[in-house]
Amino acid sequence: MEWLERNVPKLVLAPSFVAILVFVYGFIAWTAWISLTRSRLMPRYEFEGIGQYERLFAAPRWDVAMDNLFIFGGLFIVISMVIGLMLAIFLDQRIRAEGVLRTVYLYPMALSLIVTGTAWKWILNPGLGIQATVRSWGFENFTFDWLIRPEMAIYTIVLAAVWQASGFVMALFLAGLRSVDTEIIRAAQVDGIPTHRIYSAIIIPTMAPIFLSAFIVLAHLAIKAFDLVIALTNGGPGYATDLPATYMYAMAFSRGDLGQAAASAMVMMMVIFAIVVPYLYSELRPRHDK
Amino acid sequence: MTMKPLLAASTAVMLAGPVLAEPQAEVLHWWTSGGEARSVAVLQEQFAAEGGSWTDMPVAGGGGDAAMTALRARVLSGNAPTAVQLKGPAIQEWYEETGLADIGPVAEENGWEAVLPVRIAEHMQCEGQWCAAPVNVHRVNWIWGNKQILDEHGIAMPTTWEEFNAAAETLKAAGVTPLAHGGQSWQDATVFETVVLGLGGPEFYQQALVDLDPQALNSDTMRQVFDQMRVIRGYVDDNFSGRDWNLATAMVMNGEAAFQIMGDWAKGEFLAADKKPGVDFVCAETPGGGFLYNVDSFAFFKVDGDDRQQGQALLARLIMGEGFQKTFNLNKGSIPARTDVALDEFDDCARQSAEAMNAGAENGSLLPSYAHGMALRGAPAGAITDVVTAHFNSDMTSDEAVEQLANAVASAM
Repeated sequence: MEWLERNVPKLVLAPSFVAILVFVYGFIAWTAWISLTRSRLMPRYEFEGIGQYERLFAAPRWDVAMDNLFIFGGLFIVISMVIGLMLAIFLDQRIRAEGVLRTVYLYPMALSLIVTGTAWKWILNPGLGIQATVRSWGFENFTFDWLIRPEMAIYTIVLAAVWQASGFVMALFLAGLRSVDTEIIRAAQVDGIPTHRIYSAIIIPTMAPIFLSAFIVLAHLAIKAFDLVIALTNGGPGYATDLPATYMYAMAFSRGDLGQAAASAMVMMMVIFAIVVPYLYSELRPRHDK
Repeated sequence: MTMKPLLAASTAVMLAGPVLAEPQAEVLHWWTSGGEARSVAVLQEQFAAEGGSWTDMPVAGGGGDAAMTALRARVLSGNAPTAVQLKGPAIQEWYEETGLADIGPVAEENGWEAVLPVRIAEHMQCEGQWCAAPVNVHRVNWIWGNKQILDEHGIAMPTTWEEFNAAAETLKAAGVTPLAHGGQSWQDATVFETVVLGLGGPEFYQQALVDLDPQALNSDTMRQVFDQMRVIRGYVDDNFSGRDWNLATAMVMNGEAAFQIMGDWAKGEFLAADKKPGVDFVCAETPGGGFLYNVDSFAFFKVDGDDRQQGQALLARLIMGEGFQKTFNLNKGSIPARTDVALDEFDDCARQSAEAMNAGAENGSLLPSYAHGMALRGAPAGAITDVVTAHFNSDMTSDEAVEQLANAVASAM
């Protein structure tokens, strides 16, 4: 009985532990192995060396995909946070109809990325969307053709992703703003500190953990961004908007090049580790200031 | 999935008493849309009429990518389907990975050798043994024109790329979009291969896109091909990015554009919209001629059990049967792979296609389409497409493109 009491938590956790061990870490190891072979259509297990990685880094398409990941990830996270914070601060001014506005801004998050991508594909299409509409109003020279310009197309993906996610970031920040102790704010107001100083010196610093959560949520949205690209540009024009995830999909499922796909997956994982490990380190280290 | 054949088999046993081996076939394919689904239904009916039991395994999506993923899972679990829609060098690639069934007896009994063009027959053989059966022949290098627009501007269907450029300039000056095109990489590749064939000729095409000869890939002719691609880029409207091929066909139909370069599946779109060949639209071979084929086929995996092996034999016989080849291709818009099927019921474009195929088989201009996975395996074909589509959609120079092409092919080998 006593033994049972002590071991129930372990017993309950064991199945999920085993499942994660096999299906996450087991398959990571399997992918790592495949990336060191010459697997094409089907997995082959003869060790070959780092040839797949050499091919990967020699491929211009992979360069484009990695550049795009940094452009997209960086802009998406920063812009979403800035817009989300602004919206939250404005909504925090005890304005009328706040509930309605909050819902309006939050709603894009309820859409599937495929829907977002398809809708923006039409909005941004020069012959159908914004450009055509403004031209029909008489501004014949108005041009907004990012979608079909290879060097600009990646920004249309940023645009659509920011539209989708900034409402959600707003909700996070709004909750953070509301959780700040009102006593402190009142005290500051009594001392005659201007509102912008109250925000920049008191409220925002106390919200640091919210920034971290928002960053983590947005970063994983950015790295797993796949469906949005597929729906909005399908990697085009050419392969100008390829991301590592779409590259991997193309290699694994369209081209029968499993080794190359596995190598790209491993590099993606290393990129994620590069972001997550410092975060874990800063979270898990013992805190001396408490 | 596994219940179905079991149920079918057990009911058959109950109805017909002891049957020793009823031909069984589980068929993996991705013909799920309108005309294609109807075409498969024809085969299914014939199979049932011969006493077989058919388990349909349609996997739609991704132009066959989803079906290939399903196939991989089935093969890895040691339970391959009886027959799989596969084409081109992928057949030989699968043969090397897992081995395929030998359907030689059926082929010899029915004299396939005599009725198939040699080049196409080669695709159906793995190390000299028959392992697949062809269903149809699509011609890829067609150029479609809107008759009314062409007549209005006094333009004949171009027979050289210079003529095409001249016609396009006239149209552009008159405010008509010369070429309807969809900016998807396979469509860019389709135009590219017709230009390679048109400017370089059949021999150059064979060297560059089939044998991947570095000299041909790095030649002046290839530079000219990319120059021409850049010129063509100027004849496409602004909204072409990501457009599906059938929407491009609709542009030609509705008079929004004059030409489209696309395989003969585009004909199905014209016919479905009640347009008449020669009256509303014109079909012609792309400038420079030749015949780029895209042949759909079924490959037969190794299976156990008399019933399933009999199913394979029956399926192979039916697929190459004259009746099926005719009905199927009338539905699908392609032409029969058999050269001895009467073409009376086919339209002019199809007859023209058949003539060109026979002529091409004689003079060596019958060539596999690289853009549709007939000439190369996945990795090198994909590497070429990457360069072609990157060049078409940017301001890359022809020199850069040629250099990238040679590098990409070398690293994908």
